[in-house]
Amino acid sequence: MSARIKPPMGLDNAWWWQMADAGKLGIQRCRGCQTLRHPPRPMCGECHSLEWDAVEASGRGVICSYTVLRHPQFPGYEYPLIIILVDLEEGTRVTSQLVGCAPEDVDFDLPVEMLIHEDPDGFKLPVFKLAGAA
Amino acid sequence: MPVSLKDEAAIAGIGLTEFSKKSGVSELSLAAQCIKAACDDAGVSPSEIDGLVTYTLDSTDEIEVARAVGAADLSFFSRINYGGGAAVGTIAQAAMAIATGQASTVVCYRAMNGRSGKRMGQGVSGEITSSDLIHWSWYMPYGMLIPGSWIAMIANKYMHKYGVTREDLGRVAISQRNHALRNPRAYGYGKPLTMDEYLQSKQIAEPLCLYDFCQETDGGCAILVTSTERARDLKQRPAVIRGVTQASTRGQEQMTSYYRDELLSLPEMELAANRVYAMSGLGPDDIDAACLYDAFTSEIIMQLESFGFCGVGEGKELVREGALDIDGRLPNNTHGGLISEGYIHGMNNIAEGVRLIRGESTGQPSKAVAHVLVSSGVGVPTGAMILGKAD
Repeated sequence: MSARIKPPMGLDNAWWWQMADAGKLGIQRCRGCQTLRHPPRPMCGECHSLEWDAVEASGRGVICSYTVLRHPQFPGYEYPLIIILVDLEEGTRVTSQLVGCAPEDVDFDLPVEMLIHEDPDGFKLPVFKLAGAA
Repeated sequence: MPVSLKDEAAIAGIGLTEFSKKSGVSELSLAAQCIKAACDDAGVSPSEIDGLVTYTLDSTDEIEVARAVGAADLSFFSRINYGGGAAVGTIAQAAMAIATGQASTVVCYRAMNGRSGKRMGQGVSGEITSSDLIHWSWYMPYGMLIPGSWIAMIANKYMHKYGVTREDLGRVAISQRNHALRNPRAYGYGKPLTMDEYLQSKQIAEPLCLYDFCQETDGGCAILVTSTERARDLKQRPAVIRGVTQASTRGQEQMTSYYRDELLSLPEMELAANRVYAMSGLGPDDIDAACLYDAFTSEIIMQLESFGFCGVGEGKELVREGALDIDGRLPNNTHGGLISEGYIHGMNNIAEGVRLIRGESTGQPSKAVAHVLVSSGVGVPTGAMILGKAD
């Protein structure tokens, strides 16, 4: 079975995946006005600073929306595939996958926790499970 | 110099190829055929074409098209980005070119082997590192690879918030299929769709099932735009461009836009609505029929709210009342739309808007149609246009 599609790594996004590889969920922070932003961008739309760093998210949030993907089925992914939007407690939102949950059990507003998934080829990405789930 | 595009330009010709799942010809051939057909429809020689506009996603270069159809010297050529979001934007470009004297006869076209060639449904893959590909990088590794997956996330939240049911989406699909039953060009011609069939069809990206998706189609569609003054003297009754605009809003992404505060409406479509109503001096009550962009059924219900045909969260009520049907308040996509006629990236919805103004649609409502609203792609930088009759 072939592997999932890897993200193209550019100057504006590679750091996020490097943090994931280190087991962390990153959020970009403007060093000018401290605004958190995701997805990352090279300039702050609030104060126009080009300076930024990253904070490590707690990994806790709630499900803002979700979809269950069933078809078409691409190699490298397991179906049905539950994709969620998570409102992180830091205030930004992230798109991710819900694991360890049956499609009929996913719902809006459920609390979730981040964990790092590692593929057989060593690629790591942040995913989520229902809060308190094994 | 005009300060508004209102009534400056008109659509004088529309041209289509046959729509199929396998054209057997090149996309350049489809482009040339539909452009020639649009010229014939208008009573204009292709040698008079001095402007061409298409989508960035179109594979056929303007100069290839110009040579193929024997166009004149070109003084205007332009392309619009963002998939189906380009549809009405091409007309806006043409109208601006005509109003400012950059060109006199502009043809907007979209030609695609959308089923036998490059399929939109095949989605994205990560090969190069443009800003656009970095955008997709937040979705590809998670398996969100196709348009339906991106739209489903918004559709699900919207349906949850406002109590929109699968039956409501089914009503949209069936209404458009019923229109297609009258249209021999349409994929859905001779193929009735029942609610049972709809509800039992394959789930693709919950809550969206097979019949919530548009077609994948081989075909071309061209729209010939010229000055309203000249259009009056051509072969067809002109469809005058009362108002036209492009629209993209703060926090806009291509298809996803998941990170702005507002996930339950379409801010870019509301911007398009405000601008096109202001330019035309018209409002929702003046609109007799519509061709709302319909890559997915859920988008129709949300747009009814964006364009002010009902209040927030009330789109489903209009659908339940039959507003989209041929005798309804707002007959919509009376050719079958992208869902049941064919997917020519919204260009075929513009052609239907013109037919409705001419009174020549296979789904022509019995009531008078003075103004038709046409929109571009949903969930992307978009646009809207209002067509009317010549004075």
